[in-house]
Amino acid sequence: MLNKSAKLALNIFENPDKAGTREGFGKGSVEAGKLDERIVVLTADLAESTYAHHFQKAFPERFVQMGVAEQNLATVAAGMAEYGKIPFFTSFAAFNPGRNWEQIRTTICINNVHAICCGMHAGLLTGPDGATHQALEDIALMRALPNMIVISPCDAEEARKATLAAAKAGRPVYMRFAREKTPILTTAETPYEIGKAIVMWKAEKPQVAIFTTGPLSYNTLYSAKELEKEGIQVSVTNVHTIKPLDENTILAQAKEAGAVVTYEEHQVHGGLGGAIAELLVKNAPLPMEIMGVQDRYGQSGEAKELVEEYGLGISHIIATVKKVIARKQS
Amino acid sequence: MGASITEEEVKKIEDKAFAIRKTIIEMLAVSGSGHTAGPLDMADIFSALYFHVLKHDPKKPDYEDRDRLFLSNGHIVPVRYSAMAHAGYFPVAECLTLRKFGSRLQGHPERAMLPGLESTSGPLGSGLSQAAGYAYAARIDKKNFRVYCATSDGEHEEGNIWEAIMFAGKYKLNNLVCIMDRNNIQIDGNTEEVMPLEPIADKYRAFNWHVIEIDGHNVREFTEACDEARAIKEKPTLILAHTIAGKGVSQIEGDYHWHGGGPGKGVPSKEQEKTFLEALNQSHVK
Repeated sequence: MLNKSAKLALNIFENPDKAGTREGFGKGSVEAGKLDERIVVLTADLAESTYAHHFQKAFPERFVQMGVAEQNLATVAAGMAEYGKIPFFTSFAAFNPGRNWEQIRTTICINNVHAICCGMHAGLLTGPDGATHQALEDIALMRALPNMIVISPCDAEEARKATLAAAKAGRPVYMRFAREKTPILTTAETPYEIGKAIVMWKAEKPQVAIFTTGPLSYNTLYSAKELEKEGIQVSVTNVHTIKPLDENTILAQAKEAGAVVTYEEHQVHGGLGGAIAELLVKNAPLPMEIMGVQDRYGQSGEAKELVEEYGLGISHIIATVKKVIARKQS
Repeated sequence: MGASITEEEVKKIEDKAFAIRKTIIEMLAVSGSGHTAGPLDMADIFSALYFHVLKHDPKKPDYEDRDRLFLSNGHIVPVRYSAMAHAGYFPVAECLTLRKFGSRLQGHPERAMLPGLESTSGPLGSGLSQAAGYAYAARIDKKNFRVYCATSDGEHEEGNIWEAIMFAGKYKLNNLVCIMDRNNIQIDGNTEEVMPLEPIADKYRAFNWHVIEIDGHNVREFTEACDEARAIKEKPTLILAHTIAGKGVSQIEGDYHWHGGGPGKGVPSKEQEKTFLEALNQSHVK
């Protein structure tokens, strides 16, 4: 059943409200900008696609148009952060942090300044643009950097809160956002804290702990509900912060269930699945399945079609849960 | 514009440049690795910066209204460490810890390790962007300090730096000065053979910068160029400083093999240290 203390939306399963997580960034950046004059927003010729245009409209003097130059985007942001500004620098995740990874590593992470890299149009949900624009490696790229916080919001509301939290983080942050409108699962009352995972679905005797991140997370809740009808109990935990990982919550959920499924719209290498596998292998080795993109690139198509093609639909989650239960029992 | 620099002041800067070079040779001989030519050829400019141009306070490295000096080509940081030590940021003896375990004087500069550094740098081509971002931020807050950024010629082969040049030109960052060490060498050879940069001054002008070409070993020309830049309100300024790689040590001057490396091959060995210091003394007497 839905975890009451998570204060999730009541209409999750019936006609949920929908929005892209990038819209949450648009709102959150304006709210953060009102609270703190140090905040600036930079974009690389993508003001509208990144929803940075909301901030541009509210605070034109603190909005910086960088042109199509992602290396300069990151390094100018680094310089502004050295000065004492709090820059959110935005472009598509395939280029930011895809193209400017070294600049982020040197001038933001080794330098350890408070600059926030916002990677938009992350994941398969980017749809028709095809493989080049569907960033599926960004979590791995950012997770490997010391000092970096890595955030992947599950919906637009969580993205709004994450943006507000990132504005106060005091060190480098990477946030990934998606284009597609997806169900809004959380509410203004849902607690949010960087590094604190949210148990969204609980069961009396969970057989599998599902850990999910990003805007496809609703599929895990829908799967949990379907599995319940079949008499299979699971828990679902939204790991919105992949680094630092909420080790206590994840270990507690994993140990209680005795088997684990991770779910993300990212390569199976180096993302949420990798992070949790690294945690479990040291503390509680358990049967585990990692759901994600299986070492392939994306392609053009509607988001829905791609989710099925890459094995991330509800039927795939249900099958994977059953598979890991079988492994546990064998 | 500031008052013209006096002969006495020029002499003082030149004497400090000699001391800075001496320390560079000593620190490289002890470290056994690093870079030689660039630090030596930028000694006159770093001496002029720390002993005349910059508003700064070695006892209070983070004071708010200081001028900012970014070093984009982080590998020439021995000249900065040496200049900072001679200016009183830390004891000159600490220079001999360069590149050693536990030292604040990292092989490439790390902002968090040593007060007085403005950025972390080394990977080429991104320092001017940081300086430009800093200058832009300072302008939002109507700050009056100047932002200087030392760059190498070779790093102008990086795409990132042209993005920065375009950005600073677009936003008319008149509080920003780029100083290019035009020593004509890089690791694999002379820049015009590895990847031609000329006409570099015209390229900057085409990107809407004010360009001043100087002899990078003439401290009067350099300080006057800094004064001129202060008076240019509609553009950022490039000081294109023509230098001789390895300046001050006649046996390596202009030789790209002394860009950097190991003992006897890019940095002075313990045996070469003595002959380099002798050559340096000779050049100073001249």
